[in-house]
Amino acid sequence: MKTAGIRIQVDGRSVEVPAGISVAAAMAQLGLPFRRSVGGQRRAPVCGMGACFECRVQIDGIAQRRGCMTTVREGMQVCTDD
Amino acid sequence: MTERYDVAIVGAGPGGLAAARAAASQGARVALIDAQAHAGGQVWRKDIEHGWPRRAQACIPRIVEHPRIHWLAQTQVVHADAGALLLENETQAWRVAYDTLILANGARELLLPFPGWTLPGVTGAGGLQALAKQGWPLHGRRAVIAGSGPLLLAAAVTAKRHGAQVLGIYEQADAASVHRFARGLWRWPGKALQAVSLRGQLAGIPYHCGSVVREALGTDTLQAIEVETPRGSEPLSCDLLAIGFGLVPNIELAQMLGCRLNEAGVHGRVEVDTMQRSSVPGVYAVGELCGIGGRDSAWIEGLIAGHAAVGAKVQARWLRRQRHAREFAESLQHHFKLSTRVRAMARPDTLVCRCEDVPLQALRGHADARSAKLATRCGMGACQGRICGSALAELGIFPRGGSRPPLFPVRLSTLGDPISNPHQGSCS
Repeated sequence: MKTAGIRIQVDGRSVEVPAGISVAAAMAQLGLPFRRSVGGQRRAPVCGMGACFECRVQIDGIAQRRGCMTTVREGMQVCTDD
Repeated sequence: MTERYDVAIVGAGPGGLAAARAAASQGARVALIDAQAHAGGQVWRKDIEHGWPRRAQACIPRIVEHPRIHWLAQTQVVHADAGALLLENETQAWRVAYDTLILANGARELLLPFPGWTLPGVTGAGGLQALAKQGWPLHGRRAVIAGSGPLLLAAAVTAKRHGAQVLGIYEQADAASVHRFARGLWRWPGKALQAVSLRGQLAGIPYHCGSVVREALGTDTLQAIEVETPRGSEPLSCDLLAIGFGLVPNIELAQMLGCRLNEAGVHGRVEVDTMQRSSVPGVYAVGELCGIGGRDSAWIEGLIAGHAAVGAKVQARWLRRQRHAREFAESLQHHFKLSTRVRAMARPDTLVCRCEDVPLQALRGHADARSAKLATRCGMGACQGRICGSALAELGIFPRGGSRPPLFPVRLSTLGDPISNPHQGSCS
């Protein structure tokens, strides 16, 4: 496993994750939930390649970013349920 | 100002990489554009723990660092017209003008609705591979791989390599068909070797043919599945279900450019001639876009298009290799044809559109995607119908509607930068 950790914030909570992984993977490693659907169901990433948008989160103030397409970066701010 | 290139290539999988290397070798200035952080596409996706596959590792660094190739990672094409692309990355939008465009933007996974498919823990088969390679934790997780096609074997190997306990592989095609496919593999020795190697790595993991997952069960997360095999229905406790039914060409960009499609099958593909030229002058298409064929046809077609695009000679032996690779694609389509049981998986209350939570029963009676969209919001969400549209086409409910710009959700400021205005936009 990668050893170099970096810090990101998810829903205001500061967490350490391995460098190089995707935002989606970081959230899964931390056991954090992804979005809720319009009907209120829990959802999580499905396609892993940017097509399904189930992993969408707000990243650094920009909504609807795909967690599976974005690599974590020091100081990144992630908000779920955007 | 607008950046100008002799050749712009969309997609950095094997097809786009081969095209970039070929065009650059002939002296062309090339832009190689991909939405992912690393080149390789899906089949050669870089694994954050294990790196690129050996063959990819041998060629990718040299291609993306080539002095005449401008590698544009994490860059999305959001709009296109004759001679220019509108691109967006994390920080800006800009315009790239080209003399020749090579489309190599591949395919996505065909995901089909069944009860429980929206539960966290259920992913695509290729989806699980992609997630594992970007750091998704699989260690000690009990995984079931299901759906159809040789991709299931590759997904199982990736899951195992990342520490998952693979409980079994459930293939919808019947055993006779799968065996006929395997017996015909001698014609493609590379594929035969790959199949043997995959099976070897999966020793001890049961492979069930003629099997369909009926339901995924759990509250808020997957806990078990109900799978129907030739021996009857059985429940199976698991943490992950990776289920995919093959691949669908990503034709949206080609469609926007006006490329003629071959719509003989359920999912359209771009029509090309032997030089990979589409019906639109100056626009080429290679690989999965022209019909699902895998890595080998993508690579050779990229080589052909990369040369043809800059007026260089295309060798006859490349064309022979291309035809041979395409014959493999036909064999694949034929032997892993989806059974009617797969099309009957969704129940009336099963959600089909995951973005807008639209159930199958709400879509009956609509003649086309547009009518369904206006009445139910089906296909109106962030994925722009990429998942439900392809699924509905496969189920025979109605064909997928045409695409409209932007190709992906974009920032408002990007839309304020009209592609038709060459004086706007900045360059990285």
